[in-house]
Amino acid sequence: MTLRDSVWQALGTVLDPEIDEPITELGFVTSCEVSDDGVAAVRLRLPTFFCAPNFSFLMVADAYDAVAAVEGVTRADVVLEDHHASTEINAGVAAHAGFVATFPGEADAELAELRRYFLVKAVVAGQDRVARPLVDAGAGPEELAALTLGSTPRSPALDRLRLRRAALGLSADDAAPLLIHPDGSGVGVALVPLHRRRARLTRAGLEANGELCTSILATRYAGTAGAG
Amino acid sequence: MYEKDGEKYFIVDSHMHFWDASRENWVEGRENLAKGWIDCFYGYHKLAPDETHWDWYKYLKVSEDDLMRDVFEEGYVDKAIFQSTYLKYWYKDGFNTVEQNGAMLEKHPDKFIVNGRWDPRDGDAGLRQLEEDARRWNLKGVKLYTAEWHENGSRGWKLTDPEAYRFLEKCQELGITNIHAHKGPTIWPLNKDAFSAEDVDQAATDFPGLTFIIEHAGIPRIDDFAYMAVQEPNVYAGLSVVIGAHMHARPKTFARFMGELLFWVGEDRMTFGSDYNIWTPKWQVEGFVDWQMPDDEAFSDYPKLTTATKKKILGLNAAKLYGIEVPAECRLPEEPSIPEQPGQQLADESTPAGSQA
Repeated sequence: MTLRDSVWQALGTVLDPEIDEPITELGFVTSCEVSDDGVAAVRLRLPTFFCAPNFSFLMVADAYDAVAAVEGVTRADVVLEDHHASTEINAGVAAHAGFVATFPGEADAELAELRRYFLVKAVVAGQDRVARPLVDAGAGPEELAALTLGSTPRSPALDRLRLRRAALGLSADDAAPLLIHPDGSGVGVALVPLHRRRARLTRAGLEANGELCTSILATRYAGTAGAG
Repeated sequence: MYEKDGEKYFIVDSHMHFWDASRENWVEGRENLAKGWIDCFYGYHKLAPDETHWDWYKYLKVSEDDLMRDVFEEGYVDKAIFQSTYLKYWYKDGFNTVEQNGAMLEKHPDKFIVNGRWDPRDGDAGLRQLEEDARRWNLKGVKLYTAEWHENGSRGWKLTDPEAYRFLEKCQELGITNIHAHKGPTIWPLNKDAFSAEDVDQAATDFPGLTFIIEHAGIPRIDDFAYMAVQEPNVYAGLSVVIGAHMHARPKTFARFMGELLFWVGEDRMTFGSDYNIWTPKWQVEGFVDWQMPDDEAFSDYPKLTTATKKKILGLNAAKLYGIEVPAECRLPEEPSIPEQPGQQLADESTPAGSQA
């Protein structure tokens, strides 16, 4: 694997926090180049000039951290383009300033809470991704309420759900129930229908967001393919 | 009015604009913001069918003739509601102010309703302005843009700010009962509050006499919106952007949105808005009347739309909110009472009184 491949792979671990998909798959990476002396130059782009600066900051900072950690990279140069807060974000990330110091007087907290807020949604939506095929196959509320992560059929959706739960500090082992509230508590049989509907709703919102961003990005940069 | 297969639809476009984003109106030194804003809208414009696309220069500012043709002659709209939006931080004379919209109302009094606006950060002067606007334009509604930048350095506000409550009280006093709040894509504040609908939830509980129409149904956070709306009977889903950005470009997403909104919010609390001139109403009205929930298994949880559902959404619901007279041929037989939507029933059954599901 070339150093450029490793850098690309590292960028693949960076998620859009709201959409819960990698920036490489969303087309947010305009270019990714690595020089002979190990300087990784990454350019990022977003669907609109007014995309929320907190998400934008998170993605640029995460990309910077991921790229800088790749063995063989001597310097990471990550730049967000065409955004109303490009100047502040790029300077802040390059200086490791943190979000509050990057937007003095406007931001009152680092972004851990924001990240958490959307991770919770990923965990709720993920339950629909896992449970929907089971419901289609005839599983009722009793069966769903009794399922554990270990007794649920393996699938990529289940693996992903475990990862997101672990990231939130929620139980992710085989004995843990499949259906949980955001605080980690199990879902009683009587609440399963409402819980499923909420999970479906959250998933609809999340997936639609990804699609909308992809559509808008495609019109904004029509004819200019991103990196791959 | 739109007529199809012998059915007559009364059309209220409850969310539209007559904006000026021309270069002459860009604030000096903030051209990047003024251009960035309208470029953003233009991206959305391109999500409509190809044959309805305009070039960018036309999009900056349409003429009065364009608007009258697009909305009323070709767009089937019976009554259009201007949602005044200022954005004076980067548009010198405003994007579309009450005065600009009012001038159109004076020329065409039977075609338009003008909604006002207020900004709690304007304080007492803002309250006086609201009173004056209410008297002059007979305001029945306002558009609130909580993510608006302000000269005092603030980049947004919340409906639950104490100052905002003074304005909501004033609205109640003046009979301005329709509060259209933009809870869509936001920039500021820079914490997670920007993405929360909690302030609408609280304000709707505290002002039961006001109706809160959440434009774009909270997109891109339709989940938070819908789950809040199920618990607040005076919260409506404004379908501007919901139809325009999805019905053509992302039909499956559109089906999911409609399915979820019908389930949680219900057909009696959904209102059509073309969001002109992001998009023209013609293709949206025609397309929506022809539209139906797909037969695929993936959508089997969602209800089919009836003709009555479409009539309510396209005009009858908004006509009720604004007291607009509907011709007899377009009305529906009176319903004894508005039935509870399925999501409400499910939430009630699942939640013992006083506890959170």
